[in-house]
Amino acid sequence: MKKFTVLDLLELDLKPPRNLDLKCICGRKGLVREIPLPEINRPGLALSGFFELFVGQRLQVFGQGEFAYLQKLEGEGNFEYVEKFFSINPPCCIFSHSLTPSERFKELAEEYGVAVLQTTLESSDFSVRLIQVLSDIFAPQKTLHGVFVEVHGTGVLITGESGVGKSETALELIARGSRLIADDAVLLKRLNGNMLMGYSTNPAMSSHMEIRGMGIVNVAQVFGIGAVKEQKQLEIVVNLEDWDSNKTYDRMGTKGETVNILGVNIPSITIPIKPGRNIPIIIETAVLNERLKQRGYFAAREFNKDIIQWLESENARKLYFDNFG
Amino acid sequence: MVKQDVIIKNRAGLHARPASMIVQTASKYSSNIYIHKDDIQVNAKSIMNLLTLGGAYKTELLISVEGDDEQAALDAIVALFESKFEE
Repeated sequence: MKKFTVLDLLELDLKPPRNLDLKCICGRKGLVREIPLPEINRPGLALSGFFELFVGQRLQVFGQGEFAYLQKLEGEGNFEYVEKFFSINPPCCIFSHSLTPSERFKELAEEYGVAVLQTTLESSDFSVRLIQVLSDIFAPQKTLHGVFVEVHGTGVLITGESGVGKSETALELIARGSRLIADDAVLLKRLNGNMLMGYSTNPAMSSHMEIRGMGIVNVAQVFGIGAVKEQKQLEIVVNLEDWDSNKTYDRMGTKGETVNILGVNIPSITIPIKPGRNIPIIIETAVLNERLKQRGYFAAREFNKDIIQWLESENARKLYFDNFG
Repeated sequence: MVKQDVIIKNRAGLHARPASMIVQTASKYSSNIYIHKDDIQVNAKSIMNLLTLGGAYKTELLISVEGDDEQAALDAIVALFESKFEE
């Protein structure tokens, strides 16, 4: 991952309710500094001179308490610890409640090249949003080749060799009411440890698809804004492959295959392609079947249970006739 | 055309897993493979066909195969029944 700097944080174009409302008030030299950790710190203890276990690489958030303490220190003319705080080179200082620090503080920030940002939000709201935003940015991620669509409310990644018909399959799914999240390249991030969220690798190109023989299609324009989506949790991987007559395909669906992506196991199915097989319908049905499984109804197992029960009863009848018939 | 009688030797009978094993084996051969129980005849390459047969424990079945690789196909299917479908 490329370095995430203070400038990147400032330029994040987040829509409400995730907006951070940040602006830089001084120390512009420090905007190029890297933010190495997705963590924040309230520097109260450091300002009072206690630097043990102080993690300088964290984003330093100044709330009303820290601000009031800075004013007290300023009044006493005691900025020794503030200087020491700056000398540790924190990535940047952020003031909440639109608080503006004193001129002396700003001078020190300029001197040490530390950017000072300001937000209109309250400290607690700001901290929650910032941690959420940073953990998304710092989440383990991977880009996969495939088309990512939402089918019946479930995030489905369609993978397969180039030219197997992923985009065409997705197009028919979209025409039947599914939504496109990303075509060709899908960015997957592992959030909260066990959830994979899929995005388009480039938000500016997200609603476009390339269909061989036709060229570029803007799905949002052709099918309407309801046919596209920005992000979706990945729940099923559908792998399309050319029909291989030497390979045996799952006939019962009792196995329940999974694929491991970024350490998360995602249910997966392999669909062999052959003329006359309507792949979009198969995918839609597979998705609904998978949702039934998650609700505890496993069609293949229930079916087998019924068969075994029936065979048992046949057995019992047979015994009866053999002995008394 | 080659034929052979078999008896279902696994206790659970011809349920989903043995049936899919038969289908997988049968699909490897080009011959037409049929399984007969009394006067019912089903295609050994169709899983639903095999299950509707109701092959319980100790049921007697007749396997008939017709085609280019008939002997090999018959031997493979019989071997499955003999192995009790690995149960």
